[in-house]
Amino acid sequence: MSEQVLERARESETRLGIVDCDIHPMLRSEKALLPYLSQRWREELTTNGLRTRNPFVASFAVPKATPALSRRDSWPPSGGPPGSDLDFMRAQYLDAYGIETGILQVLIPSGKDQRNPGFGAAVCAALNDWQVAEWTAPEPRLKASIIIPAEDEEASVAEIARCAGRKDFVSIFISARTTEPLGRRRYWPIFAEAERQGMPIGIHTGGSNGIAKTPSGWPSFYFEDHFGDALAMQPLLTSLVLEGVFETFPALKVVMIEGGFGWAPALGWRLDQHWARMRREVPHVKHPPSHYIRRQVWFATQPIEEPAERRDLRTLIDWIGWDRMVFASDYPHWDMDDPRLAFKIALGEAETRAVFRDNARAAYRLA
Amino acid sequence: MTRHVVASVGEIPPGGRKLVSVGGRSIGVFNVGGAFYALLNRCPHQGGSLCLGERVGLVLSDEPGVYRYTRPGEMLRCPWHGWEFDIRTGQSWCDPRRTRVRTYPVSVEPGEALVKGPYQAETFPVTVEADYVVLEV
Ligand code: FES
Repeated sequence: MSEQVLERARESETRLGIVDCDIHPMLRSEKALLPYLSQRWREELTTNGLRTRNPFVASFAVPKATPALSRRDSWPPSGGPPGSDLDFMRAQYLDAYGIETGILQVLIPSGKDQRNPGFGAAVCAALNDWQVAEWTAPEPRLKASIIIPAEDEEASVAEIARCAGRKDFVSIFISARTTEPLGRRRYWPIFAEAERQGMPIGIHTGGSNGIAKTPSGWPSFYFEDHFGDALAMQPLLTSLVLEGVFETFPALKVVMIEGGFGWAPALGWRLDQHWARMRREVPHVKHPPSHYIRRQVWFATQPIEEPAERRDLRTLIDWIGWDRMVFASDYPHWDMDDPRLAFKIALGEAETRAVFRDNARAAYRLA
Repeated sequence: MTRHVVASVGEIPPGGRKLVSVGGRSIGVFNVGGAFYALLNRCPHQGGSLCLGERVGLVLSDEPGVYRYTRPGEMLRCPWHGWEFDIRTGQSWCDPRRTRVRTYPVSVEPGEALVKGPYQAETFPVTVEADYVVLEV
């Protein structure tokens, strides 16, 4: 990238407050959850602990690139894992980059993936209260996503209803790997409630459903596992379209987070081609699939695509729509994108405003 | 180019590094087997603090399942996305043609020569008995 492009990116960044749709706060330790759990579930956490469908209890199914999945320079001097210290997050990220609004996505621990459904729901509620008490109340630039036990639709709807009225929450979090394709009927009450609340559902890469991450089975390397993040998103989005979720809930907003977006144009082309041939099987899908994707889906920018021909990035976004891309950093994870340097093409003023601020302001209904 | 005394030789043993700030720039000075190299502490990919990265060897393989761990300590892995750079040249391993981190000339000079100047080390005490790492920026 020429220095000129860098300079331009830096200038517009200093003028513009950035909305970042993907920041990961982390518990200092599992024990930090205890004050937010009832006696019954405190006991569950301390005696049985967290249990998902993962093959390991205290680790990931595959080794990740770095300890705690994080940038090596993001460990707070106060101790505790990356993302666990608000002051350090302010200094290293929010202040340093001029973040106007940062939307929190709590990945770990996953309430949704707990084997014991009651405990899972309690973990979700505890994480929501923890986000408010320790993040969004002391730091108004941060907004929370409602963590829901998505495999239990009734409990999910109740949790959304409990939290949605608080201005601390701006979206609903679901990790990408659910036990059934996300468009299936059992999940519909969640979509209905999200639509009723006017809150986007942020579908974030990750989760553990006990199923191999790739359609070809369990991979050997983190390299493959990481690539699987993009793979997991495509059948999920296809399911939402083909089951008729977007047709039934036309005001539902979905933000695809951390699954990349380079695949989106090709997915749209292929689904439209199939629709012309196989529409009879899903007559409730009244429009070509790409119509629903363009109408109701936003894509978070991280991990930014880095094509060898840099201008190809523009071609991709032209298809998706410059009004549909929302900036995400993934701070403090190892593959985070720097808002000033992630885009290796020069963006125009209007494009910069849209991607780094205005699209997210509109999608998340930020003031 | 100005010459800056940035460390005594004993301060950066083989395998060691020192982060210095010279002319407003953060620069990492590395000792690789007794030779010194200096790299800008800013990754050409997305600006990560490259010189805080792990020092690693270069893992090579001629066929799947066969590994050669070569050049231990001669590569630097960015603490962000893990791009690997050759400390000696600043070249990126995966994209040596297009991507390299800025390097600076480094020399080792006896204190005796340095007290005569010219050099800039206002804050760094130099004695005639020791050898020093001198960076040209
Ligand atoms: S910033 Fe160094 S590898 Fe990305």
